[in-house]
Amino acid sequence: MGNITLKQVTKNFDGHEVIQPLDLSIENGEFVVFVGPSGCGKSTMLRMIAGLEDVSSGKIEIDGQDATETPPAKRGLAMVFQSYALYPHMSVRNNIAFPLKRTKMDAALIKDKVEKVAETLNLAAYLDRRPGQLSGGQRQRVAIGRAIVREPSAFLFDEPLSNLDAALRVNMRLEISQLHKDLKTTMIYVTHDQVEAMTMADKIVVFNAGNIEQVGSPMALYRHPVNKFVAGFIGSPKMNFIDIEETVEGQPVTCMGVRPEHLVLSDTAGTWKGKVGVLEHLGSDTFLHVDIPGVKLTVRADGNCPYEYGDEVYVSPIPNQVHYFDSIGNAVCNESIARTTASVSSISKTADS
Amino acid sequence: MRQAQLLRQKVLYSLLAWTVGIAIFFPILWTILTSFKTELEAVANDPSFLFFDWTLENYKTILNESRYFSHFWNSIVISLGSSVVGLLIAIPAAWAMAFVPNKHTKDVLMWMLSTKMLPPVGVLIPIYLLFRDFDLLDTKLGLVIVMTLINLPIMIWMLYTYFREIPSEVLEAARMDGASIGSEIVHVLLPIALPGIASTLLLNIILAWNEAFWTLILTAAKAAPLTAFIASYSSPEGLFYAKLSAASTLAIAPILIIGWFSQKQLVRGLTFGAVK
Amino acid sequence: MATTSSRFLGRAMVSPAVVLLFIWMIVPLAMTIYYSFLNYNLLMPGMQEFIGWLNYEYFLTDPAFLESFYNTLLLVCGVLAITIIGGTAIAVLLDQAIVGRNIVRILVLAPFFVMPTVSALVWKNMFMNPVNGLFAHLFTFFGFEAYDFLSQAPLASIILIVSWQWLPFAALILLTAIQSLDQEQLEAAELDGAGPMARFFLIVVPHLSRAITAVILIETIFLLSVFAEILVTTNGGPGYASTNITYLIYSQSLLDFDVGAGSAGGIIAVILANIVAIFLMRMIGKNLEK
Repeated sequence: MGNITLKQVTKNFDGHEVIQPLDLSIENGEFVVFVGPSGCGKSTMLRMIAGLEDVSSGKIEIDGQDATETPPAKRGLAMVFQSYALYPHMSVRNNIAFPLKRTKMDAALIKDKVEKVAETLNLAAYLDRRPGQLSGGQRQRVAIGRAIVREPSAFLFDEPLSNLDAALRVNMRLEISQLHKDLKTTMIYVTHDQVEAMTMADKIVVFNAGNIEQVGSPMALYRHPVNKFVAGFIGSPKMNFIDIEETVEGQPVTCMGVRPEHLVLSDTAGTWKGKVGVLEHLGSDTFLHVDIPGVKLTVRADGNCPYEYGDEVYVSPIPNQVHYFDSIGNAVCNESIARTTASVSSISKTADS
Repeated sequence: MRQAQLLRQKVLYSLLAWTVGIAIFFPILWTILTSFKTELEAVANDPSFLFFDWTLENYKTILNESRYFSHFWNSIVISLGSSVVGLLIAIPAAWAMAFVPNKHTKDVLMWMLSTKMLPPVGVLIPIYLLFRDFDLLDTKLGLVIVMTLINLPIMIWMLYTYFREIPSEVLEAARMDGASIGSEIVHVLLPIALPGIASTLLLNIILAWNEAFWTLILTAAKAAPLTAFIASYSSPEGLFYAKLSAASTLAIAPILIIGWFSQKQLVRGLTFGAVK
Repeated sequence: MATTSSRFLGRAMVSPAVVLLFIWMIVPLAMTIYYSFLNYNLLMPGMQEFIGWLNYEYFLTDPAFLESFYNTLLLVCGVLAITIIGGTAIAVLLDQAIVGRNIVRILVLAPFFVMPTVSALVWKNMFMNPVNGLFAHLFTFFGFEAYDFLSQAPLASIILIVSWQWLPFAALILLTAIQSLDQEQLEAAELDGAGPMARFFLIVVPHLSRAITAVILIETIFLLSVFAEILVTTNGGPGYASTNITYLIYSQSLLDFDVGAGSAGGIIAVILANIVAIFLMRMIGKNLEK
C-alpha cells in the first residue's frame, strides 16, 4: 500500500514560509511528479514526506496513519537521491544489502534478494565493485536497487537524473517508467524538467514559490493550464504570450497564450505579419523565431520548412487552441472558437497599426 | 634549443633545491651521525663527517638505562592517550556541527578556536595550583587531560572540515535505509571519513609528542615525557654529545616518520582549513 | 537533515566538547583574573589580600617587562620575516620541475617535527657551543675567533633556532598555496604578455597573500608563547636579554612564586594575544562562509 495524504502542511525556515498550507493526496500505485523551478519548495516537500525535514504544521498520513512524527526509517519509504548517495566504501552488493541488514534479516535471504534485484537491474556483473568504479548510469541503478530491495510502500526520487548526460537521461527515464509499470508501487518524483514530468507522470503537481499551482494529468495540464505560470512551465518550447486588452466572455483579459505548435505559417495571409529570425532545425521539426511588431513568436513547423532567415511570413493561431489570462495571470475560459477568432482579428489590427 | 635551455634550468634549480634541502636538514643529519660516534669523536676538534668508527654504544647505553624507556613510554601514553580521548569527544561534536548545524554552530566553532588562541601563561598559575590540589602534578593522567584539551579545538576543526566534504545525502540515505544515528555514524560516516580521521589522529600525536610547555611545567621525574627528559640534558653535567644525539634521534624518529606520512593533511589541520 | 530529534541529538553531541573547553578556558582564566588582584605569594600561604591594580602596576613598570616585551616583539617579527621570506623562496623553488622533489620536500619539512627541546639542545651544544660546536670549529678553521652565540647574541641565536623550526611550516603552507594556483591563469598572463617577474608579483603573490596571512597569524600565536627554547638554552639570560613575556611570567610565578604579579602578567599576555587572535579569527571565520 502507498497512499500518502498531506493535510495543511507548511514549512518555515527562520520565520520565512517556504511551503504555504498545502493539501495533496496521492493514491496507491500512482506516479506523481513534483515539478517547478528551483527554490519552489518541491524538494523540501519531498524531504518532509521522507521525514528528513520536520513539518512546521499540518499532517502527513501514510496509508491512513499519521506519520508526521515518525522517523524516516520507520515510514516504509525508499529514496533515490540526486547524487545517488551510494556508500562509497561498500561494494555494490553491500550497498544494496545495507537496508536489509538494518532489519536483522537472515543473511542467506539478503543474498538472495540482492542478487534478484541486481539481476533485474543488469547489475549482476558489478556486484563486487565499488561505486567509484561504476559509470553514472550504473550508479543510478545501484541507488534504485537499494531502494527496490526494501520493497517500500512508496519510492521517493529527488531529481535522480539531473547528474546524467542527455542520452542516458532518456534511457533511465524509460527504465524508471518501466519499473513503475512492473512494480505498481507509488512513486513520487521531483524534477525541474517538465519533459520528465510530462513523459513519466500519472499526475503532475506544479509547484511555484511554496504553493501548488495545479494538479492534474500531463495532458490536462497541457490543455487546460489554470494560470499563466503553469501554461508557461508545461510544454516545450514555451508558450508564446502576447499582451492584449480585451474582454472575453464578459471578463477582462490582459494576455493571450498560444503554443508554438498551434501557430501556422503562410506566405500570403494571416493574423500577424512578421520576419523570420533564427531557425532551429531539429530534423523532425523546425522552430522559427518570428519577429512581429512588439513581440517575438516561436513557431513550430515541420522539418521541411521552406523559410529562411529574413523571410517575411504571416503567422496565425489555430483558432480553438488559444488561452487567455486575466491581469493576475489566471486562465479565462479558452473553449470557444467564435470568441477566439473575433479577438484575434481585433489584435491583428492593433499589431498592424 | 629550448629543450637544452629547459634542461639547464632544471639542473640549476635541482642543484639549488637540493642544497637548500640538505642545509635545512643538516642539524638533524648531524645529530644522527653524532649519535653513532664515541663521545671523544663527538667533540673532536676536526669533526669527521662519515669517516669515524661507527658505534652503537650510545644507543646501548641509553636503552639500558631504564629511565629512557619509561620516558619514552610516558610520551607514547600521553600523545596516544590524549589523541584517542580527543577523537572520542571530537567526532560526535564535529558530526553534529557538520551535519546538524544550527545558527550557533559558527559561533561555537569560532569560540573553540579562540580557546586555542589563549596563551598558556594566561592560565599557568590556576592550572598549576589546581593540579597541585588534585594531585595531578607529575602524573600521566594529568598530562593526558591537558593535551586532550589543548588539542581538542584543532581536532574538532580538522574533523569538521573533513566531514563537511561528505555529502549529507549519503547520511540521509542511511537514515532512510533504517540506520539509527549510531549505526549511521559507525557504518557510514566513520568509514568514509577514515582518511580524515587518521590524519587528525596523526597530527595530534605529533602535536602532543612535541608539546613543550605544559610537559615541562607539570612534570618532574615520574611522568616526564621525552620533551622534559631531553631538557634535563641542558644542565652542564649532562654534556655528553653522542648520548644526547642518540637520545634525541630516538625521540624524534617516530614523529619524523609519522610526520612524513601526514604532511599533506598537516596544512589543513594547522591552518584550521584556511589553506587546503 | 534538520528534524527536531536530530537537532536535539546534535546539541547533545556537541555539549561534551563545549563543556570541557568551557571549564578549561573560563574557569582558569577567571581564577587568573582573580589572583591578579591579590597580594598572593606561594611562599607565604594564607596572606592573600586584595590589592587592586597594584600587581598590574608592578608588572608593567618592572624594567624587565619592557625588555621582555621588546624581546617578544623582536622574536616574533624576526622569526616571521625569516620564515615568510625564506618560506616563499623555498616554496617557489620546490614548485619548479626539479629532480627528486618529494625527497627535497621531506628534507625541508623535517625540522618541524623535531621537538623544541631537542632542536634547542642540538643547536646549543652541537652548533653554537663556543668550544665544541660546529660553528666554533668552522670559525677557527677560517681563522676567526670562536663566537659564543648564546651569551653574546642570545636573542638572535634563539631567533635562529625558532626560525629553523618554523621555516618548514611556512614553506609547506606556501607551497600548497602555490600548487593550488590555476596554471591556466599563468598561461593566460603569459599570452597577455606578462614576463616572469610580472607573473610572480601580479599573479603568484596576490594568490599567496591569503596563505601568507594565515602563516603570519598562526605563527604569531605560537611565537608569542615560545618557552622551551629559552628555558633550555639561556634561561632568559644573560640578565633579561633573552626573556620574553611568556618566560617572564613563568619565572615570576613558578620561580619567584609571586602568584599575583604572574597572574597580572598572564592577563596582559592574554590581551596581547587577543589582538592577534581577532584578526586570525576574522580571517578563518570568513572562510566558513563558503
